[in-house]
Amino acid sequence: MTLWWIGDIVLLVVLLPVVVYLLSGVLKAARSIVPSVRQIADAAAAGSKDLDAAALLVTTRDQVARTVAGVANYGGSLDVILDDAE
Amino acid sequence: MPAAGVVMLIAVVLIVLALVYYLLSTIAALRQITRGLDDAIADVTGIVEKSAPVNEIVTAINEQLDAGVDLLEGLLVKKAGLVDGLALVESVYPGAGAAGFRNVAGSSGLELPRIGEVYTQGTLTLARLGREAPIAGASPNGPALRNVEGGSLAARLLYPEQRQTAPERMPRSPVIGTDAPVQYEQRDDIGKPRKRLPTRTS
Repeated sequence: MTLWWIGDIVLLVVLLPVVVYLLSGVLKAARSIVPSVRQIADAAAAGSKDLDAAALLVTTRDQVARTVAGVANYGGSLDVILDDAE
Repeated sequence: MPAAGVVMLIAVVLIVLALVYYLLSTIAALRQITRGLDDAIADVTGIVEKSAPVNEIVTAINEQLDAGVDLLEGLLVKKAGLVDGLALVESVYPGAGAAGFRNVAGSSGLELPRIGEVYTQGTLTLARLGREAPIAGASPNGPALRNVEGGSLAARLLYPEQRQTAPERMPRSPVIGTDAPVQYEQRDDIGKPRKRLPTRTS
C-alpha cells in the first residue's frame, strides 16, 4: 500500500508536470512558427505580384530591337551625310 | 477500490487530458503552418514561372543595346576621330569620356579637348540634321531643336550657359537720334552746294 501511495505521488508531482512542460514547449514552438509562415506567404504573394510586369519585358525587347534598328538606319544616313574625320 | 487506486486513476486521467489538450493544440498549429506553406508554395511557384523568361529577355535586350553602342561608337570614331569622339561623349555624359570606348583599345585615360571649342560648327550641323540629337551638353533634358532652318539660338543653347544670357560686361552701343543723351555736332555744309567740285583726273 505504501508503494502504491508513493507511485501516486510520483505520478502527480513528477510525471504530470513533466508531461505538461514538454507538451507546452512543443505547442509554443509550433505556434511561434505560424506568424513566420504567414509572413513568408505574404512576402511571396507580394513578390509574385511585383513580377506581374515581367511579361512586359517582351514588349521592351521588341521595342529595343526596333529602336536599335532605327539608330542603325540613322547612323547609316549620318555616315553618308557627314565626312569622315581623316 | 482502495483510496490509493482512486488517486492513481485520477492522476492517469489528468495526464491523458493534458496529452489530449496539448496534442490537439499542436495539431491545430501545424495545420495552420501547412496552410501557410501551401500559400507560400503557390506564390513561389508563380514567381518562378513569371521570372523564368526574364534572363533570356534581358540577355537579348543587352545584346541589342551592345550592338547599338558598338554601332554608335564606331560611327563616332569614324566621323569625329577617337579623341574628339570621346570629347563629344564627355560633353554629353560627364565622366564617361575617361572610360573610353569599349571596342577601341587604349581609348581610356586620354586627355580630351573641350568640346565647345572643337565642335562649334559640327554641333550645329548635328543639331540641324538630327533635330533631337542628344548633344545637349548643358541640359540633355531641354527642349529639342525644332526650327531646323533658322534655329541658331536653340543650337547655341546647347552649349554650357555663359554666353547666351550672362555675357561678359561690354561697352554699350552709342545711342543715336534726336533724343540721344549725347548730341553730336552737325556739319554746316550738309544740304548745301559743295564748296569745291571734284576735279576730274585723266
